[in-house]
Amino acid sequence: MPDTVFHVRKVSKVYHMGEVEVHALRGVDLELFPGEFVVLLGPSGSGKSTLLNILGGLDVPTSGEVFYLDHNLTAAAPAELTRYRREHVGFVFQFYNLIPSLTALENTALVTEIAENPLDPRECLRLVGLEERLNHFPAQMSGGEQQRVAIARAIAKRPEVLLCDEPTGALDYPTGKLVLEVLERVNRELGTITVVITHNVVIADMADRVIRISSGEIIDIHKNEKKVAPSELTW
Amino acid sequence: MTALNKKLLRDLWRMRGQLITVALVVACGIATYVTMRGSYESIANAQRDYYAKYRFADVFASLKRAPDSLETSIAAIPGVSKIQTRIVVEVTLDVPGLPEPALGRLVSIPERGAPALNDLCLRRGRSIEPGRRDEVLVSEAFANANRLDVGATIGAVINGRWEPLRIVGIALSPEYVYEIRGAEVFPDNKRFGVFWMSREALGPAFNMEGGFNDVSISLSPGGSEAGVISRLDNLLEPYGGLGAYGRYDQVSNRFLSDEIVQDRITGIFIPAIFLAVAAFLIHVVLSRLVHTQRSAIGLLKAFGFSNTSIGLHFLGFSIFAVLLGTLLGVPLGIWLGRGLSRLYQDFFRFPELRFAPTVNMIVSAVAISGGAACFGALNALRSVAALPPAEAMRPEAPARFRPGFAERLGLQRFVSLSARMILRNLERRPWKATLSVVGLAFAGAILIVGFYFYDAIEYLVRVEFQRAAREDVGITFNEPHGSSARYSVERLPGVLRAEPFRAVPARLRFEHRSRRVGILGLSDDRDLRRIVDQNLRVIDLPPEGIVLSESLARILGVSPGDTITIEVLEGQRPVRRVMVAGTVQDLIGTSAYMDISALNRLMREGETISGAFLSVDSLVAPGLYSFLKKTPAVSGVNVREAMLQSFRNTIAESLNLSTGALIAFACVIAFGIVYNGALIALSERAHELASLRVLGFTRTEIGWMLLGEQAILAGVSIPMGFLLGYSICGLLVYAMQSELYRMPLVISGRTYAFAFITITLASAISGLLIARKIRNLDLVAVLKARE
Repeated sequence: MPDTVFHVRKVSKVYHMGEVEVHALRGVDLELFPGEFVVLLGPSGSGKSTLLNILGGLDVPTSGEVFYLDHNLTAAAPAELTRYRREHVGFVFQFYNLIPSLTALENTALVTEIAENPLDPRECLRLVGLEERLNHFPAQMSGGEQQRVAIARAIAKRPEVLLCDEPTGALDYPTGKLVLEVLERVNRELGTITVVITHNVVIADMADRVIRISSGEIIDIHKNEKKVAPSELTW
Repeated sequence: MTALNKKLLRDLWRMRGQLITVALVVACGIATYVTMRGSYESIANAQRDYYAKYRFADVFASLKRAPDSLETSIAAIPGVSKIQTRIVVEVTLDVPGLPEPALGRLVSIPERGAPALNDLCLRRGRSIEPGRRDEVLVSEAFANANRLDVGATIGAVINGRWEPLRIVGIALSPEYVYEIRGAEVFPDNKRFGVFWMSREALGPAFNMEGGFNDVSISLSPGGSEAGVISRLDNLLEPYGGLGAYGRYDQVSNRFLSDEIVQDRITGIFIPAIFLAVAAFLIHVVLSRLVHTQRSAIGLLKAFGFSNTSIGLHFLGFSIFAVLLGTLLGVPLGIWLGRGLSRLYQDFFRFPELRFAPTVNMIVSAVAISGGAACFGALNALRSVAALPPAEAMRPEAPARFRPGFAERLGLQRFVSLSARMILRNLERRPWKATLSVVGLAFAGAILIVGFYFYDAIEYLVRVEFQRAAREDVGITFNEPHGSSARYSVERLPGVLRAEPFRAVPARLRFEHRSRRVGILGLSDDRDLRRIVDQNLRVIDLPPEGIVLSESLARILGVSPGDTITIEVLEGQRPVRRVMVAGTVQDLIGTSAYMDISALNRLMREGETISGAFLSVDSLVAPGLYSFLKKTPAVSGVNVREAMLQSFRNTIAESLNLSTGALIAFACVIAFGIVYNGALIALSERAHELASLRVLGFTRTEIGWMLLGEQAILAGVSIPMGFLLGYSICGLLVYAMQSELYRMPLVISGRTYAFAFITITLASAISGLLIARKIRNLDLVAVLKARE
């Protein structure tokens, strides 16, 4: 395997909810490598979102260390985390979170305004198969289309890592598959490390590696010998 | 407490920032209403009570001298109820502590008993005692301004000799609620005062034994004022009558009544602005509240709560805002009203001017603002009622947007993406944007109007005191003198230059319209006293004909080229026809000017002067003043600098209170609109902004995306506010123009700059408060939740 991109060492996260302590992560060790497609599997409350948030620079661990290349995310100030997200991370949300007042093209272009070496927004939308819908506003598009715009927006700044939190969670079966195809294509053509959170076990078949989390601990890391194309997935 | 009420209280607590800003705007509305309406009512009541209790006369006339026997004929005029004949003379005074001479108006009162009309209200001391000829009562305004109290003595030139006047009492009269001399507009209580003296003392001193030179009349119920005036004029004409007039033309009453009318107008107009803004704010806040609580509303409806109970629940916000506004606004209004009443006391002297807001008025203030609040809530409540429970519990569809106006014109290349977001957000709710701009524009306009008064006063001073009246001192002789008097005056110590003038009382008549004025004759080599119009242009005086104030020309219905009839009310009382040579757009009074030689010819007299305007060496001025005080031939001395000073003092004091209040109120409006606008935008777009933060946008970048909208609204509102402020000033100028004065419509760059800075600051501060909330956006929640 080539060099490690993410280095997660003994990471724990404790939330204080009033008087109750919630251990979201308990000593997680993990490495992510260039260009791989990783699926994080786990039930609700297993800590997979917390792990994703820490990888994405939205949250910091209570203990342990997280490195992105040579950036130590553990000790970073909020402004540094913002810069890290700005330069290296693409996010795809469950509910798309597009800017309703901007068209598909503009939503994508918005991110390229703050990136140093962005892709052409039209190119991104072509990559997700929306070259016909450039000037549509979110309210004029279906959920699957909106999610594909969100993916185009996430990759437009040429991030090293694409973090997707339940990207198909709000979509029906055929649309969900379409979105997964787009993610697979982005991963393949751009070589972006892609981490997908899901509780849909079927999706795991399209990953290079599948990481199972339960009660804040990694219980299994499984490497798929043969990846299944998203079009062949059924659930 | 019901669960719904508990929810209301918690919602109110959560929305306390918005609640407070709305309540403050309501408080401003209620406070201005209580202050202005209360002042109007208290001053109007005070006027009515004062006039009734102290028997203020209905018709007034001055004359040269008539025998007491004429009283019977006057009493016989149909419509006359009571008569009070008097002796009224003006004398030069030597006031202790005042370097320059002052002018005193001595008014006779019966030695025993009260006057039949224009009775006095004794404030301190006692009334005059029969037989004590040197005792006087003095007007309170003059006594206060000169710190004179009972027991003080001042000197007066009576019959060419200095006589001491002993002050035994301090009094007020309904004739002098606003105490000014002659044709002035602002009081100078230090240098002009009214004295009441026994008729038995005044008569012999001024050659008036067995006669009178002033008469006041009250009308019997149904008596015709015009009829009485006309018959009285006929009766008095052989005795040098100067023309009778009614209350409308009585100077003090005129000023007072003008003020009351203005109070009534502003008392409606200004609170209306605040209540309209409050209704607007309640509208936006409640609409948003209903919006964010869609699912709660659906749930309540599903549980079986009626539209009415849910509607009342949301109306609770308006009711609370009005309640809070009332609790703040009523005391504030009473406090401001009391302050205003105290200031009024410096201008208008009443036996009692108490700011007493009636329960009625407060109830109506609360009712009106409650009505405005309910009106503001109406739309939100309608949408509550229209929401079917099932739909209410489903999340709302994404907001619909469309390309903005500039983009439809193909200009999108020039508009950045964040600017497009801002513009489309504005365009999506054009009414909200428009109303925000209008509200802010009103805040700006209120500031402009507040500061405009300073500009107008400064301009008035420039025109009247710096361009027109440039003399240091004006002196008036006790009777007209030959022109050689000019040279005697020029030789007085410290006099650098003297310009003679001739002043003649006359009635100008054109067709059926007429007006009593003083015609001022000026010499053609004049340099100190000039005629200046409101655009600071110096007006030439032709060798023939008369030049009139535009306002006087309007009253008479004449324009240049017309010939008017002049009935002189002095000397031989000639009646002549003279052409109107021109008009002048001046700011104060109703003036008539002629070349002094032309006026002398009209009077069929030789070169005669009534007084002179002097330029004086300031180093030796005190010597000149004390000399003038002791010169019986000089009956009046005006010191320009002193007049200007007293003018500034009185005006500045009253302006500071009202302008201070207006600035504070305008800030409340601006703050309320920007704060609520931005807060609502933040709650509407929290999700969108948080996801941008996740994507790597900094706080500053999304701060601009959010506040840019408010910045644009404020930016657009400022020029609109300027325009609106200018228009309101124009309306005020129009509404407040009177024969007494016209306000110049001049607004300085300083005023605009100040309004700009104030609106910008109020907007910026509320923007900063919102920017702090951006820090607290929950980024993690965005990944999971849907709005």
